[in-house]
Amino acid sequence: MSEVLAYKATERRGETFSYLPPMTPDRMRRQIAYLIAMNWNPAIEHSEPEKAGSNFWYLWKLPFFGERSVDRILSELEACHRANPGHHVRLIGFDNYTQSQGTAFIVYRAGGR
Amino acid sequence: MLMEGRVSSKTYQAGVKEYRKTYWTPDYVPLDTDLLAVFKVVAQAGVPREEAAAAVAAESSTGTWTTVWTDLLTDLEYYKGRAYRIEPVPGDANAFYAFIAYPIDLFEEGSVVNVLTSLVGNVFGFKAIRSLRLEDIRFPLAYVKTCGGPPNGIQMERDRLNKYGRPLLGCTIKPKLGLSAKNYGRAVYECLRGGLDFTKDDENINSQPFMRWQHRFEFVMEAVHKAEQETGERKGHYLNVTAPTPEEMYKRAEFAKSLGAPIIMHDFLTAGFTANTGLANWCRENGILLHIHRAMHAVLDRNPLHGIHFRVLTKCLRLSGGDHLHSGTVVGKLEGDREATIGWIDLMREPFVPENRTRGIFFDQDWGAMPGVMPVASGGIHVWHMPALVSIFGDDSCLQFGGGTLGHPWGNAAGAHANRVALEACVEARNQGRPVEREGREILSEAAQYSPELKIAMETWKEIKFEFDTVDKLDAGPGLRVVNA
Repeated sequence: MSEVLAYKATERRGETFSYLPPMTPDRMRRQIAYLIAMNWNPAIEHSEPEKAGSNFWYLWKLPFFGERSVDRILSELEACHRANPGHHVRLIGFDNYTQSQGTAFIVYRAGGR
Repeated sequence: MLMEGRVSSKTYQAGVKEYRKTYWTPDYVPLDTDLLAVFKVVAQAGVPREEAAAAVAAESSTGTWTTVWTDLLTDLEYYKGRAYRIEPVPGDANAFYAFIAYPIDLFEEGSVVNVLTSLVGNVFGFKAIRSLRLEDIRFPLAYVKTCGGPPNGIQMERDRLNKYGRPLLGCTIKPKLGLSAKNYGRAVYECLRGGLDFTKDDENINSQPFMRWQHRFEFVMEAVHKAEQETGERKGHYLNVTAPTPEEMYKRAEFAKSLGAPIIMHDFLTAGFTANTGLANWCRENGILLHIHRAMHAVLDRNPLHGIHFRVLTKCLRLSGGDHLHSGTVVGKLEGDREATIGWIDLMREPFVPENRTRGIFFDQDWGAMPGVMPVASGGIHVWHMPALVSIFGDDSCLQFGGGTLGHPWGNAAGAHANRVALEACVEARNQGRPVEREGREILSEAAQYSPELKIAMETWKEIKFEFDTVDKLDAGPGLRVVNA
């Protein structure tokens, strides 16, 4: 039997993909491409970390209805991050069939991980 | 005209009244408002199929064994059930499928209880029938609209819990019985802080002497709240409010709400549909999610020739109300054919499910705007099953690893962490277009490079499989191409 490894003090997480290593640019592009391929509407939200528990983060501009360009979404994520350097920034795919979000995950995490 | 059906038979005189002149109507075209049912019938020797089918229609609707004068005071042509089609059962010369149409006014609105009391009532003990299985029911949309359905539904659950783009992850706390409330809360806390969304009371935990329900609720909710504060994620524990009486059940539900519990749990078959529908209504009014366990289902649904198929129990639960329902896993320790399981998880989640005999679905089912139920895959699953589970169940599901979390060599938190990493790795790979089931080993091995918790979980369970043949095989036939017998 191998040595038992102690589980460290609990870390703050951010829901989907927050247990994987931070996304590389290539991995991020592929997730955005998936969101677009699912015909979801991309949208960007951001929040001060201390307010992140709310359902409602600040909406960055408006959802990018019908946007098919991965580069455009990436540049908007970067613009949101530059304008709000101390905030979490997350990408959402609004699914207007289910009236839910097909996906949502944090792209820029304030203070790294 | 009614008396014609009651004359004695020249071809069959075994003491069974001839039902077919009244209740066998092969030219009948079912109405959109009819409730349709299909039974798998094995009749006693010598009973013709049309007569047996008509007997089932009669005994599950207006008929009794003899004519009574009060029959003539009503319009039985309006109220009677009708056997309208017979199909062979592939591979079984003794059995056949009987399709029966019931007028909607035979049933009280919003009452699964009333529907089942008719359809699976006295008829199942009827002597002329050797065995009988209710295979499917088509609930007309007009009836669906009279039922409350899931108190919240999948969309509301995701919005309440802030979980998007992946299946949810849970764990049943073990050992099933015998832990004290504080030790139990410890097990919950470790699972949730390690990365699970939910933990769960086992079905037979109610309020035994070793752990009374109030004590469990208090310690568990402290664990939930602390794990939420530490992780920044929303969490829950299915507090089982199944109780000996409805009054006691509501008392437990109210206490769970007062502690801030987002979700409670109920056993819909052992407690019964009256209790379940009432609790679902309470959950809708109080904004609490309702997890449904299915203890006793295998007593009803596992015998291929007698009982009630699980797809029928699934439909009844969606109408009665529940936000989660155990569905089987296909790959774990419990019975469940893959195509049949996909059939009933569609019936839980989708707004419209078309007839599909390859999945055992005999009728189109229109759910209208009724919310969906989230299927729960639980029972003998571990990290190696994750790629198959993500492929079979998709995002709108809850994957529950009991032994597969608590049995981790480094404990619950590490076990939870391993499962969360495996889940997210499979979801990421799926979104990238990789064939997750075929490349499961590579996907998990890549993820294990940065997660020692996953790596040792994979080493611990690599040889465990549950490869037994399914007892209840699909045999629904080819469908409408078969002409009436």
